Amino acid sequence: MSNFETVIGLEVHVELKTNSKIFSPAPNAFGSEPNSNVNPIDLGYPGVLPVLNEEAVNFAMKAAMAINCEIATDTKFDRKNYFYPDNPKAYQISQFDQPIGENGWIDIEVNGETKRIGITRLHLEEDAGKLTHNDDGYSLVDYNRQGTPLVEIVSEPDIRTPEEAYAYLEKLKNIIQYTGVSDCKMEEGSLRCDANISIRPIGQEEFGTKTELKNLNSFSFVQKGLEYEEKRQREVLLNGGEILQETRRYDEKTKETILMRVKEGSDDYRYFPEPDLVPLYIDDAWKERIRAEIPELPDARLARYVKELDLPAYDAGVLTSTKEMSDFFEATIASGADAKQASNWLMGEVSAYMNKQQVEINDLKMTPEGLAKMIKLIADGTISSKMAKKVFAELVENGGDPEKIVKEKGLVQISDEGQLREIISGILDANEQSIIDFKNGKDKALGFLVGQTMKATKGQANPPMVNKIILEEIEKR
Amino acid sequence: MADISKDQVKHVANLARLALTDEEVEKMAKQLGDIISYAELLNELDTDNVEPTTHVLDLKNVMRKDEPREWISKEDALKNAPDQKDGQFRVPSILE
Repeated sequence: MSNFETVIGLEVHVELKTNSKIFSPAPNAFGSEPNSNVNPIDLGYPGVLPVLNEEAVNFAMKAAMAINCEIATDTKFDRKNYFYPDNPKAYQISQFDQPIGENGWIDIEVNGETKRIGITRLHLEEDAGKLTHNDDGYSLVDYNRQGTPLVEIVSEPDIRTPEEAYAYLEKLKNIIQYTGVSDCKMEEGSLRCDANISIRPIGQEEFGTKTELKNLNSFSFVQKGLEYEEKRQREVLLNGGEILQETRRYDEKTKETILMRVKEGSDDYRYFPEPDLVPLYIDDAWKERIRAEIPELPDARLARYVKELDLPAYDAGVLTSTKEMSDFFEATIASGADAKQASNWLMGEVSAYMNKQQVEINDLKMTPEGLAKMIKLIADGTISSKMAKKVFAELVENGGDPEKIVKEKGLVQISDEGQLREIISGILDANEQSIIDFKNGKDKALGFLVGQTMKATKGQANPPMVNKIILEEIEKR
Repeated sequence: MADISKDQVKHVANLARLALTDEEVEKMAKQLGDIISYAELLNELDTDNVEPTTHVLDLKNVMRKDEPREWISKEDALKNAPDQKDGQFRVPSILE
């Protein structure tokens, strides 16, 4: 963007996977029958009182710590008042001026360069119900989601390109997934993102008027929506127009952002301290207990794979890009597989299979133990790498014990030197012309003899040994 | 004596989704002004050395364990709904 600089800030909502809701004991589950996980507290009946779920606080603290936030000692909840049928109380219990976490950051990598993106705050609140709009002038409401614990994570306006926005979201999702407090599944709504974007002439200190993008259903739509929006704002300004403070949505079909509404003045939510909940005091002991529960995070794992396992940085990056993949890798090497081999299989054949079948690694029937066993069978020469492909095809599809698969498929490699020497002797006897050719410098003849040996053993001979023995036997003649 | 303008009354009424007549706006402006004035009596107290408090009870960290509990059935949940369809609450569409 010549002459203009883009400024982007992201608001990310992440649902916490506690067993019950944040202020009521209703089950917190996705995909249940509509309105089957609700109770009078969720429905906002008169006289009910919310009681805070301790685990929701623990999870929010864990997420805040993982993104390097300072954790509040004195904190509380506030009422955010608004009328909308997704929330039967007509207010959302949220946090206003004392969020659980503040002043955090995460590092992202774009085009080989590391950049630190600041995080303004992380606060804890309750999610609202889900509305389905119909064409008949009515909407249907499912309150199962009402009261699901939610953290809102607000970035500083440090993001300068749509590509950085994408990298930020990937990184944030990855870190939160590692902490185990959320699935972060955008398709199930457990991670949602709104984006604020403005542009300003390069060198100008103050921000331009921003627009807000909502209803972004995937990280790539966030990026595309922002790309469209920075171009649109630039054209408006270059044509002497003015950017209005608007809420827009990204249309996946036309690949454009479309005006939803113009914001007039700031929203007036009339926040005030929630009278039904007492303040929260988080002492150092509580903070330290939670800090001790945070597992190794992706950056630390990546560094360890490079330093201790000697993996290339790129490979370590791919392996740690999701917790599931990284955990699978860890379990595979814990079962005795060589790290480099395990990495190659996971990044190669396993990833290819997952892409083709559109499945996640945890959906595979193959276990880390199974993969490790197969890698060991290759390493000790029981099977060749060519045979391994057949074993893998069976293993990944149906699971099971690689040793059994090898036996059932008759794939055991012949590595017995005496046996191979005898077979090769016979082949050399029958192909004297090839020996002469080889001695006259025709290297191709060796390939022919190897081929004959493989044929005679139905492909089960150990290839490096076959090569070695043929050369030795020719030498003797 | 606190002054509450008619515009302030209209703004608050709109936020509360109340339709007030001009007469009511005028009446409310006066009444709300009186209420605020009464509350302003508290300003006579010197609170410079008093920590702000957000709650009248001297309690903190009232929490429950993360244990789900059955309470009401789906049918009961919908019982008081003025309108329902397919196990969901049915409301007039409000498009943002």
